[in-house]
Amino acid sequence: MTTTPLRPEHSPESPLSIHAMTVAYRRKPVLWDVEFDAPPSSLVAIVGPNGAGKSTLMKACLGLVPMAAGNVAFWGQDLSVARSRIGYVPQRESVDWEFPVSALDVVCMGRYRKIGWFRGISKAHRDAALAALDAVGMGAFRDRQIAQLSGGQQQRVFLARALAQEADLYFMDEPFAGVDAATEKAIVETLRMLKSQGRTVICVHHDLQSVREYFDHVLMLNLRVVAAGPTAEAFTTQNLQRTYGGRLTLLDAASHALARGGAA
Amino acid sequence: MTLERFLHFASVDGAALLAATLSALVCGMLGNWLVLRRTSLMGDAISHSVLPGIVGAFLVTGTRAPVPMFVGAIIAALLTVAVTQAVRRLARVDMGAAMGVTFASFFAFGVLLIEQASARQVDLDPDCVLYGSLETLFWFPPANPRDWLSLSTLALLPTPVKTLLVVTVVSAIVLRLLRKELALASFDAPLAAALGFRPALLGAILMTLTAAATIASFEAVGSILVVAMLVCPAAAARLWTDRLRTQTRLSAAFAVLSAILGYLLAATAPRWLGTTHALGAAGTMATTAGAILTISIVAGPTHGLVARVLRRRELALRVAREDALGALFRMLESGTDRASEQLLVAAVGPRGIAEARRRGEIETANGLVRLTPTGVAEAQAIIRSHRLWETYLVEEAGLAADHVHESAERLEHVREVAPEVPRALDPQGKPIPKPTS
Repeated sequence: MTTTPLRPEHSPESPLSIHAMTVAYRRKPVLWDVEFDAPPSSLVAIVGPNGAGKSTLMKACLGLVPMAAGNVAFWGQDLSVARSRIGYVPQRESVDWEFPVSALDVVCMGRYRKIGWFRGISKAHRDAALAALDAVGMGAFRDRQIAQLSGGQQQRVFLARALAQEADLYFMDEPFAGVDAATEKAIVETLRMLKSQGRTVICVHHDLQSVREYFDHVLMLNLRVVAAGPTAEAFTTQNLQRTYGGRLTLLDAASHALARGGAA
Repeated sequence: MTLERFLHFASVDGAALLAATLSALVCGMLGNWLVLRRTSLMGDAISHSVLPGIVGAFLVTGTRAPVPMFVGAIIAALLTVAVTQAVRRLARVDMGAAMGVTFASFFAFGVLLIEQASARQVDLDPDCVLYGSLETLFWFPPANPRDWLSLSTLALLPTPVKTLLVVTVVSAIVLRLLRKELALASFDAPLAAALGFRPALLGAILMTLTAAATIASFEAVGSILVVAMLVCPAAAARLWTDRLRTQTRLSAAFAVLSAILGYLLAATAPRWLGTTHALGAAGTMATTAGAILTISIVAGPTHGLVARVLRRRELALRVAREDALGALFRMLESGTDRASEQLLVAAVGPRGIAEARRRGEIETANGLVRLTPTGVAEAQAIIRSHRLWETYLVEEAGLAADHVHESAERLEHVREVAPEVPRALDPQGKPIPKPTS
């Protein structure tokens, strides 16, 4: 990946600058020309209907799916430079919960980038992982195999792993999906703590009721950016209707035609 | 055992046993990761589809030297992966179907090549591919035991054993170095990619090692044993532990155990069976691996059948005891301190009462039962749980107050979670006992 000079409209202060990002899956574009700047020290919700490209946006930022066009900068730097400052919490379904690892083992994985290839996990890293596990109230479950934890407890272990990464920018894919009220509260407290430390967290979020309460910025997505900005300004009824109110039939049909490899 | 007999054993059986053990060990180590990554079918596929590569290399070079065979097999293995991906994408079928089609076709093509070759009097035998030829491995160690561990003695080992030794050592080192990386990529591939740990590269390394192990094992033990050892020991180990380190060690240990027991079985079973037919060692080893897996399925401590039956019975007994205590508590709620045992048995059956008595929670005298102090505490906790659940079901889940008793009767036995609804009375107006510390 080559470093592209930052466009003048994007600030080097911004932990995440997305410029003209288009992502295609099987040649069918699923994200069109995304333009977005995440402000430093903010909590950003990505909202939009199913199939709007929310997870895809995160994966494209992290280089997990290729971009057809555009570029992404982190603090004005390329992903390869900034990688160790970026944390990621994938969707719960992306993980093999039957895998023989304990809660502590999972949290230690958050330290792997700092540990590096080939090396074992030193006591210092293990202690850092334990501290993260304690911070989400899961210290007592450190030796429990992860399949034997409840959904909410598993999500907290994931959160502890994110904390153990000690990143400055986090991508979390639906951290609130299927958790109990106590875990939801623990996650929110953790997000606020991260923000107060000057870090930025970007979450795919489904519960529109809690967007105003939990997030100070919002990115409303439906194949393209419908609206983005401070929650108070951008999260309006009108923008919600534009985001959720029906698909863009013309754009959708054109995408299908492109996927078939020619004009319909 | 005299030195002479040992030397005899070493030259007749030593090399064969060593080859079988090394082959099982390397397959057990690699299979551990294939099983954990749920890609054991890929190991199966590769171990079959390298055949045309091996035969092709043999036909081109005319030797059975390991290096050309390895090159041929690696090409075949890479082709398998590429063709599988292509079939999956172009035919839009799932991974399993794509693999099945690919490796069956490759293997069939390999057999076809062998038959073509043997028609031209080339020394290749399809049976040998399946079962190997352990019987043809001999080793002549120096007479002086002090020379056995020298490098020149190692050099005297038959070529298949030397190849296996190299592949086993290399695999062990690579797997040890990449243990944490493989664990991350297997458990959570997206995070591994996001952290820059290249899960696709790790998968490719594993596949390359599997191909190498297959080729190294082929000549000595054949493909049946390879497939068995890639799957059985790891699957068996998974039934004994939830720890990665233990899983890794057990997987290797079960593989070695299968090899040694299987070899001994092949040597001694004809005598027990009273026949003179020799048993193929590769077959008895694969069977032993299968037997270890069967034993694990039955007797494994956490996931085994026996353990599951015992756990279910233990739970049933606890539920019966708690129901007896709860029923007695309710009978005594009117203010008496004893109740008729007959009535209690009629209500909950004798099993739970006997268990509660055994644990000193109730006492019987003259056909009357009463709760002991520990019994009172236990019964209060159960009734509290029951009435809290009733309250929860009415207030939170919105069920009708006269419909919740049956559900609460089941939920009261759950220990891990309890509803926290600060109330003094349940929906029927009965008091909820205070928590006992």
